Amino acid sequence: MNMSSSMSLAERAGRVAAVAGAHADDVDAKGRFPREAVEAMAAERLLSIQIPGALGGEDAGLSEIAEICSLIGQSCAAAAMVFAMHHIKLSSLVSHGIDSAWHRGFMQRVSEEQLLLASATTEGGIGGNLRNSICAIEISGETCRLEKDATVISYGEYADAILITSRAHAEAPSTDQVMTVFTRDQYTLERTHKWDTLGMRGTCSDGYLFKGEAPAEQVLPKPFAEIAAQSMLATSHLLWSGVWYGIAVNAVTRAQNFVRAAARKSPGAPPPGALRLAEASNLLQLLKSNVVAGLKEFEAAKADPDRLSSMGFAVAMNNIKIGSSETILTIINHAMLICGIMGYKNGTPFSLGRHLRDAHSAQLMISNDRILGNTSNLLLVHKQDTSLTG
Amino acid sequence: MKTKIRELLGKHGGLPVAVDQVKDDADLYTAGMSSFASVQIMLAIEEAFDIEFPDTLLNRKSFQSIDAIACTVEGLVGSAEAAE
Repeated sequence: MNMSSSMSLAERAGRVAAVAGAHADDVDAKGRFPREAVEAMAAERLLSIQIPGALGGEDAGLSEIAEICSLIGQSCAAAAMVFAMHHIKLSSLVSHGIDSAWHRGFMQRVSEEQLLLASATTEGGIGGNLRNSICAIEISGETCRLEKDATVISYGEYADAILITSRAHAEAPSTDQVMTVFTRDQYTLERTHKWDTLGMRGTCSDGYLFKGEAPAEQVLPKPFAEIAAQSMLATSHLLWSGVWYGIAVNAVTRAQNFVRAAARKSPGAPPPGALRLAEASNLLQLLKSNVVAGLKEFEAAKADPDRLSSMGFAVAMNNIKIGSSETILTIINHAMLICGIMGYKNGTPFSLGRHLRDAHSAQLMISNDRILGNTSNLLLVHKQDTSLTG
Repeated sequence: MKTKIRELLGKHGGLPVAVDQVKDDADLYTAGMSSFASVQIMLAIEEAFDIEFPDTLLNRKSFQSIDAIACTVEGLVGSAEAAE
């Protein structure tokens, strides 16, 4: 065991957060990859914590990973989002690749070499509906080939491997999909879209024409429909929510510092913004409860594929995503009202522009309208759980 | 019962192939049934057989194939009759 793994996850994440924070404004201003933060994640061996101990990882649960997303998110949301997306991909491998020799060996490599995994689910002509593909993987003998017009591959250029979706074969309907792991030496990327955005600028989610060729055993042995339902959607909503909570909690911390500084200058007179801070604190607690309840639900369901594929679970996870992504905007807006012009300006200890811009991505990453549409369909047959604690 | 299920699948399943080409044990999701369509089928079956699916049966497995749907519906129709 090396030095870093002998310390607590929180200590290791804290050191990554410090590095991420030091470069956050530069990453945002230049729209560049948070290289220093990701190097720190690898140095602290945080990229493999989810992998089983037998394969070189640390058996970390989703709650522990979400906590790290939040810790890094308090410093640099883009770096935290890279960490979250990497672990979302890893969750698919851990949940659905454990019975396949190639994927077990690959997880071992991720642990040893601290490889960074990216995802390519979006496609030109399909948009964000990741449960559909146009492109099809071509398997001939022991080789598979894939070409995909991937309109978004977050940090694609910086990843060591890409997990990519496609139709299972040339005749398959658009919903019959598989997911395949391609390592960096097995594909080429030709940039087609530049990621120049309002916020989350450091995720460098450029679009690429992906062309890959690899041994066919690298196709995950489970249908992507199962992977999406049982690991990917839930872990996405929960780990993203961890990042978003991190953005919101840092905004409230800045607002609280602002109010306390005013209160110290004139004791006795209630500072302006104090009531709004109380409101923001209330909303933050709701947000936290929402995420924590979701994590508990996931931990309770994770060993039971039927429960993970149930409608009740899908509705719960959808609601967590909607709740977190909407609430953070209200919270950060409150923080902005409290800090006033000092929050609106860049370069002050109370600046909130980056928080607000980053937070606006939350409603769009799997569009809330799409998620509400999905929930509304499920509610035509699924009955609400009417218990309070069950 | 399977004839009725096939009729409802043909109407609401949104399958890219004709329903008579789908075998009783074939995976309907692999055949192209979307999750939206699966809910429409559940609704149509509830109406046609005058049953209500409890939440414990609202998962992929219960609606994975024509055989699975028939088994799910038979269980519910049977228990409704036993309760009468």
